[in-house]
Amino acid sequence: MERILIIGATSDMGQAFAQACALQGSSIMLAARNGDVLDRMAKDLRARTQVAVSTHAFDALDMEQHEVFYQDLPERPDGVICFVGLLGDAAACQQSFEVARRVLDTNLTGVVSILDLVANEFEKRGRGWIVGVSSVAGDRGRAPRYHYGCAKAGLNAYLSGLRQRLFKSGVFVMNVKPGYCRTKMVAGWNLPNTMTSEPEEVARVILKGIHRKQETLYVRWMWRWIMWLIRVLPECIFKRLKI
Amino acid sequence: MVNKMQKQKIADWGNYPVVEAETVRFNQAEQLRVALGEPGEVIAYGNGRSYGDASLQKRVIMTRSFRSFLSFDSASGVVCCESGALLAELLEAFVPRGWFLPVSPGTKFVTLGGAVAADIHGKNHHGEGSFGAHVVSLEVMRADGSIVRCSREEYPEFFALTIGGMGLSGVILNVTLQLKAIESAWVRQQTIRASRLSELMDAFESFDEWTYSVAWVDTLAGGDALGRGMLMRGEHATVEQVQGHSTFSAASQRKLNVPFFLPNGLLNRGTMMAFNSVYYHQNQKPVKERLVHYESFFYPLDAIGNWNRIYGRRGFMQYQFVLPRVTGRVAVEAILKKIQASGLGSFLAVLKLFGEQESFISFPMAGYTLALDFPVCFEVFKLMKELDAMVADWGGRLYLAKDARMDEAMFAKTYPHADDFREAIALLNGGSTRFSSLLSNRLGIT
Ligand SMILES: Cc1cc2nc3c(=O)[nH]c(=O)nc-3n(C[C@H](O)[C@H](O)[C@H](O)COP(=O)(O)OP(=O)(O)OC[C@H]3O[C@@H](n4cnc5c(N)ncnc54)[C@H](O)[C@@H]3O)c2cc1C
Ligand SMILES: NC(=O)c1ccc[n+]([C@@H]2O[C@H](COP(=O)([O-])OP(=O)(O)OC[C@H]3O[C@@H](n4cnc5c(N)ncnc54)[C@H](OP(=O)(O)O)[C@@H]3O)[C@@H](O)[C@H]2O)c1
Repeated sequence: MERILIIGATSDMGQAFAQACALQGSSIMLAARNGDVLDRMAKDLRARTQVAVSTHAFDALDMEQHEVFYQDLPERPDGVICFVGLLGDAAACQQSFEVARRVLDTNLTGVVSILDLVANEFEKRGRGWIVGVSSVAGDRGRAPRYHYGCAKAGLNAYLSGLRQRLFKSGVFVMNVKPGYCRTKMVAGWNLPNTMTSEPEEVARVILKGIHRKQETLYVRWMWRWIMWLIRVLPECIFKRLKI
Repeated sequence: MVNKMQKQKIADWGNYPVVEAETVRFNQAEQLRVALGEPGEVIAYGNGRSYGDASLQKRVIMTRSFRSFLSFDSASGVVCCESGALLAELLEAFVPRGWFLPVSPGTKFVTLGGAVAADIHGKNHHGEGSFGAHVVSLEVMRADGSIVRCSREEYPEFFALTIGGMGLSGVILNVTLQLKAIESAWVRQQTIRASRLSELMDAFESFDEWTYSVAWVDTLAGGDALGRGMLMRGEHATVEQVQGHSTFSAASQRKLNVPFFLPNGLLNRGTMMAFNSVYYHQNQKPVKERLVHYESFFYPLDAIGNWNRIYGRRGFMQYQFVLPRVTGRVAVEAILKKIQASGLGSFLAVLKLFGEQESFISFPMAGYTLALDFPVCFEVFKLMKELDAMVADWGGRLYLAKDARMDEAMFAKTYPHADDFREAIALLNGGSTRFSSLLSNRLGIT
């Protein structure tokens, strides 16, 4: 039986992932900042399954507390996944560095802060898996939401570096780039059906990916090709496009 | 998830009718209360597996995100869930722990709220009754935002009105349900071939002791073979009977999907006849017994995602009626003949013998129920209208969860408590927010 730590567990993807893990018999530690939602989730998982479920307060921006948070977990996790993310208001980011910083810190600094602690432990122990949930937005900076994009690009580089470092210790590192997914982050957006996944689908694909040790995961296949195209476009063309 | 208002096109399973609606989502009761604060007509939409217009309205409350499990008592098998949870989720969680749904419809992609609101029936109706019989209690939010907790003891009239009440008494928030103990995920299935209708009905009536029974009827076979078909009976397999299989293994995940609407008219008389003939003759022996997984016994159609699209974008309608046992034999035969004379074939035709049921507004009554699928076209409306008259004359009625077209008079004539139901709903709908659906408007209930 695996013990899984889910950071940002109250995200729509996190909730679906927690459920899928619990149904396959893993014990679950749920970490997030909203206690009420965490309690509701724990109650749900305890009714659905017989696995052990615990809840823990975690704020990605409260980096000083990360070490205490991690040390105080009831069990040492076998696998850790982080769903924390903040899209932020693009216009507000351009106007105020305070807002921009919040986006950078939530998506990158805060995630690095906690995953470094996990990585050090896993390296010493010589096993485990770490999954970071990044975004296709990190594959190339684009005018809409490039603050978010640059943080996710940073996360991509971080996860790739971490993978190289931990490879020889037998620790597996995965980077998930969901593409569009119908969650509260994009509530009300008009998204094309074929390119948009459901949180349950993301959960299923990630679990399968961990099993098969896929290093970079695009949830729906077309995203890999779309992003490849976007990446190879010459800058002189790219800068004129509205994508 | 905050209640986001969105305009979108929605339909139920038959894809007829399709309407433009404002949709409201919620995952906490408080959000629903806020949404109900807005005056106007509104109805709950579960997973859209009713066939017609039961969950359609200009404004609909989507319940699918309100789906937490609240408690489970592993000693008694009583579970309490929010109403947007799918039956599939209950199966996933509890079959491995030795519990099964007390009543299963032909698809597991139905919400608990939808199961209660339509008081659905399964292949075990003759012995174990409808879904409502296994509901311990409900919590329902009324139009004014108040929450009623009801059961057979607490507010029994409101409880009775909600079971089978098609969402008109309020939005069911959570359902406390008694599950049924099983020893394995497998079903001992017996298939019996019957070469004509009378043989099929004899088989139904002589084998009441089987927990599950249902028949598929070839509606295209005529003459001596009129009403030929295949009766399927089943019993949950015991631990001893499943030796060699793992007791609670999940079914294989393989699933086909119909990715888009196929051309209208692909499913015509010719293709259906070919299919039916192959299906009927696949079973060489008159009686065959084997062990099958519960998925394939209860939900064979679920293996093909979006199978409704094979009927094309124009959609299809299901016509499901029940006739009292005494008139049933003659009546079903006459109706099959009528359908044949019309030249319109039904691809899927499912026959079942119901047991007794006492209820306020639910569909089932002791007798034969037949469900027929027809692609939407002009002639079908005419045929159904003629069938209505036959069904009503023989003391039968139509299933509201499958209906998209019957008229007010037919409803009033065939549902014995139609008047009382209308009055009760009018009383509940006193405020400025009112529960009503296209179905209830059409039937003159609201
Ligand atoms: C392939 C297939 C096979 C089927 N087989 C059977 C069968 O064997 N037996 C049977 O009885 N039925 C059967 N059905 C019909 C189906 O079980 C019912 O129509 C059921 O009500 C659908 O539930 P839903 O969650 O999809 O709800 P919807 O179709 O969205 O809504 C159905 C009704 O329930 C109401 N409702 C939904 N949620 C709530 C809520 N939370 N509170 C209040 N009201 C609510 C709606 O307002 C509406 O009146 C079948 C359907 C299909 C597609
Ligand atoms: N949806 C998409 O289309 C899409 C596409 C690409 C990538 N992603 C990424 O997928 C991940 C999951 O997102 P989602 O779509 O499931 O949306 P979501 O439900 O909005 O999830 C974002 C999560 O981040 C949490 N979070 C934000 N700031 C935090 C902080 N300071 N401390 C702790 N947690 C914080 C939120 O917590 P609360 O629950 O408390 O608000 C929320 O649970 C994110 O990393 C997102 O960037 C999503």
